[in-house]
Amino acid sequence: MIHTIAFYLFAVLLIASAVLVIMSRNPVHSVLWLILAFFNAAGLMVLVGAEFIAMLLVIVYVGAVAVLFLFVVMMLDIDFAELRAGFVKNFPLGILLAVILLAELVLGFGAYRAGALKLGEADGTAGVIAGRSNIDSIGALLYGEYLFLFEAAGLVLLVAMIGAIVLTHRERTDTRGQNVSKQNKRRAEDATVNVKPEVGKGVTL
Amino acid sequence: MIGIEHYVVVSSILFVLGVLGIFLNRKNVIVILMAIELILLSVNINLVAFSAFLGDLVGQVFAMFVLTVAAGEAAIGLAILVIYFRGRGTIAVDDIHRMRG
Repeated sequence: MIHTIAFYLFAVLLIASAVLVIMSRNPVHSVLWLILAFFNAAGLMVLVGAEFIAMLLVIVYVGAVAVLFLFVVMMLDIDFAELRAGFVKNFPLGILLAVILLAELVLGFGAYRAGALKLGEADGTAGVIAGRSNIDSIGALLYGEYLFLFEAAGLVLLVAMIGAIVLTHRERTDTRGQNVSKQNKRRAEDATVNVKPEVGKGVTL
Repeated sequence: MIGIEHYVVVSSILFVLGVLGIFLNRKNVIVILMAIELILLSVNINLVAFSAFLGDLVGQVFAMFVLTVAAGEAAIGLAILVIYFRGRGTIAVDDIHRMRG
């Protein structure tokens, strides 16, 4: 009973906040609704017993991706009213496409309900280990059989990080930075001269 | 009793909302990126629900990989957005075909 109530609560809040993400006038509000959507999706995942992915969703999406979005939205000085000019014009086309996609999904789901597809049996090689938690079992799988997938995920993140740095880095010409090797190469005998000026002649610099 | 069907319906509605978001906000790249995040979230819900009801954890391992790719995609997309804004002073994607090279 409480399981059913929790499911409907999370599902309704998830869909409502997803609607508000795409409908909000202000992208800052969109980001905040997106955060609510991620929290509710995490709740849905906790309900099926996937705690690890749920926590990962909160940490990665809410903690990193949503904050990144928030930074960019607030950093750029954008005229959002102008960007919304095509909203009403695009509305019929968007609704039409959404209806077509939804009809396809409902059709496919109806075919599934009719018994054309059956949820198969797991082969039992990757199930939850008896008496151990979800995180424990995923860890055993991730550092064992799926180690290369795990390392590939790390590589993807590394490439994304380097790509983002390379894209946004710019050489500034209006400031003068410190040139360490030039400083270290400089010697006292190159920089100073010892002169002995005669009386009444002056010095040449 | 909540079955796999409920989760499939929720994730399909979320997927359609994401596609709708891309079409509604055709000019605003930030909201388009957020709509892509919604689509990937719906894919993740699907993967996790099937994995849980099947009793097979591979789906959750794959959901983690999808999560990684989504994070990388958001970072790269926003970086491109920042340099695009720096060069042109707007983020309207109507004339993004000028971004050559």
